[in-house]
Amino acid sequence: MALLSLKNLCVSLPKGADRTFAVEGVSFDLCAGEVLCVVGESGSGKSMAANALMGLLPRDVAVTAGTAMFAEEDILALPETAKQRLRGARIAMIFQEPMTALNPLMRIGEQIEEAFDAHGVHEGRHEKVLSLIHEVGLPDPAQIARAYPFQLSGGQRQRAMIAMALALEPEVLIADEPTTALDVTTQAQILALIGKLRRERGMAVLFITHDFGVVAEVADRVIVMRHGKVVEAGNAQTVLSAPEHPYTKRLLEAVPSDVVPDAKAAEQGDALLLVEGLRKTFATGGGLFREKRVVNAVDDVSFSIGRGEILGLVGESGSGKSTVGRAVVRLLEPDGGTVALGGQELTTLSPQLLRQARRRVQMVFQDPYASLNPRIKVAGAIAQGPIAMGTPKKDAYAQAGQLLETVGLDRGAADRYPHEFSGGQRQRIGIARALAMRPELIIADEAVSALDVSIQAQILNLLRKLRDEFGLSLLFITHDLRVAAQLCDRVAVMQKGKLVEVGPVQDVFLRPQHAYTKGLLAAVPGARWRDAAVAA
Amino acid sequence: MSAVTGEEAEPLAAPTSPLKDFWKRFSRNRGAVVGLGVMVFVIIIAALAPVLYPESPWRMVQRPFLAPFQVPGFYLGTDTLGRDVASGLVHGARVSLIVGLISTLVALAIGVPLGAVAGYFGGLVDDAAMRFTEFFQTIPSFALAIVLVAIFQPSLTSIVVAIAVVSWPPVARLVRAEVMSLKRREFVEAARLAGLSNRTILVRQVLPNAMSPIIVMASLMVATAILLESSLAFLGLGDPNIMSWGYMIGASRTVIRTAWWLSFFPGVAILITVLALNLIGEGLSDALNPKLARS
Repeated sequence: MALLSLKNLCVSLPKGADRTFAVEGVSFDLCAGEVLCVVGESGSGKSMAANALMGLLPRDVAVTAGTAMFAEEDILALPETAKQRLRGARIAMIFQEPMTALNPLMRIGEQIEEAFDAHGVHEGRHEKVLSLIHEVGLPDPAQIARAYPFQLSGGQRQRAMIAMALALEPEVLIADEPTTALDVTTQAQILALIGKLRRERGMAVLFITHDFGVVAEVADRVIVMRHGKVVEAGNAQTVLSAPEHPYTKRLLEAVPSDVVPDAKAAEQGDALLLVEGLRKTFATGGGLFREKRVVNAVDDVSFSIGRGEILGLVGESGSGKSTVGRAVVRLLEPDGGTVALGGQELTTLSPQLLRQARRRVQMVFQDPYASLNPRIKVAGAIAQGPIAMGTPKKDAYAQAGQLLETVGLDRGAADRYPHEFSGGQRQRIGIARALAMRPELIIADEAVSALDVSIQAQILNLLRKLRDEFGLSLLFITHDLRVAAQLCDRVAVMQKGKLVEVGPVQDVFLRPQHAYTKGLLAAVPGARWRDAAVAA
Repeated sequence: MSAVTGEEAEPLAAPTSPLKDFWKRFSRNRGAVVGLGVMVFVIIIAALAPVLYPESPWRMVQRPFLAPFQVPGFYLGTDTLGRDVASGLVHGARVSLIVGLISTLVALAIGVPLGAVAGYFGGLVDDAAMRFTEFFQTIPSFALAIVLVAIFQPSLTSIVVAIAVVSWPPVARLVRAEVMSLKRREFVEAARLAGLSNRTILVRQVLPNAMSPIIVMASLMVATAILLESSLAFLGLGDPNIMSWGYMIGASRTVIRTAWWLSFFPGVAILITVLALNLIGEGLSDALNPKLARS
């Protein structure tokens, strides 16, 4: 007997959207104590389906057909007041970004109490709040209850959100990408927590995610969505190991595997980039009456990259890995240490000489939307560097056309504005812009993190191809260990500004030395690291 | 790992004309369209002033204190000296528009570069520029405008300059804030890596992206400038050789109980023009900042 039974849900989009229905004919049953994962790439309608259940659809978006039977009532047809009684009390939801889902001006305890308030529970609220905070594994409940959201870490905030959702002992928990914004070790803890609560309380969980690793970790059953339709549904085991629909197969193939390939040995003694003792501290605050707070973002970091080598720089958020990338090209001025590129010292160059030298190191950025100027046509964006370096305009534009083909886009793309392209296409343009300078080293800062998994796979292939074709070196900065394992020759692991481990990819992933690396690798959802030679 | 084969699943979005798109968003705001209509009407009237009323608006053409619609040809009546009110209104429109437009352009010419440089370079440059800006902001703007016009003798030029001098600080502040947020964007970092000079980055990469709020602010500044000019003229600090709406109201304030039409019509003209500009400004704001637009 299903707890929640959704039949033929259709959600229409406003006129002028890229399709008529956000969700089209979606049906599923959710049983007590079960985790049902809804998987899909961005724009597949998975979040819309969940929001429709909760009655949280944006304006102009409406449920046009379908029933959702919950406790013998169709919750889609209920009036707003009845939905309010249901929301929070019997069906609760947690969101992706715990910072924006919590009210920044309210103490955690008060926010949890609000859930009781809204549903008229008054007795013993405070004790209940404390026991909830304890149940979600937060230390020192009394203190947490008094804390404001900004005083908690991301993982702690998500736990507080979960405590709020659990307040009235809901039968169904809808989790919309609850771990996407979290670091991998924190993600593992939150997943374990959701699993524990599900077992102890017999709660049904509707888990929305784009990450197949997470699916493998938590799901009992899986629904795969694409363009608002369900393309495949079934047991997690079956779908993951023997997918039937071609789209599911493609998606699963695109997921970076946990089999670590044998990297080609880097040629020794031919270091292109040599970084030694790099330091960068950030000072915040400071004034007449306050002491300065100093953060060692990068603390004595040394590494080298050989010609044609891909070095992965991995670490959790705040580990200083992006700061290293920016300090190498002096987008941030390092406070100490040396950066030598092919024998040329970069840290002491005058601004004029630096502009010349920078041609040899280029960057590819994370956010495909912020990294292209919306007012400049694609050709202009690619050609701007060579023109600044003295290449005649005509040649630079002709070269831009060629580069677009190199990165797998049409030459016609040159005359368009960035907003006409999808995320993956923009990232290709960003790569073409970097290539236009004929660099020897490209620093890719989370270059594939914002992309869907199938697009991500294409960009990784492109990077590999460019390395082979042009003999490029790559400093690949990422938080995603699966991606790092597949792409990199060597991997450097950063923690709190320090480099804790550097080595060939197989050594680091299969025989990690440092405790932090071990913990990081163990936390990657659904991954059992194996040697390519052994796995084959 | 094997990749998804074939081209990227997402097709290119159909290219849309940015101008058409802009008009679609602008015209969604009905008030803005009305405002634009009124503004076009005022501009046409101002442009045709020499054709509609070829004679000087200062000339006495009828007996004084002629009420509206009493004598054909003088539908808005005559003033204390027998000058045609309608002629004054039409010629005054030119002055109002010219003063509003030019003083706004001058204010932008001071505020945009100063704010852009302060925001882009930060540090000492920013401190110096902002303290300089605050120096102007601490003085009540209307009082400063009066002092400036009084010192330089009332003339069209001195009025325009005075209005520009008191209205640029908010522009500098706005541009500085915009530039500060834009300069941290990744495309600016990419431009720095590409070896572009600071000037090129500021002018070609950053400022074009700050245009939307500047345009919106400018449209509202034109309205404020018209009001300022009228206020100055009301106090007798207008250019003595030029008929303006503010002068008409100021000159007739002593007879407001006996000849209401002398201050009423110029007042309505100011009200409608300023309202139209504000409506346009709001429409521009909706059209240029689609994210902020109320759906």
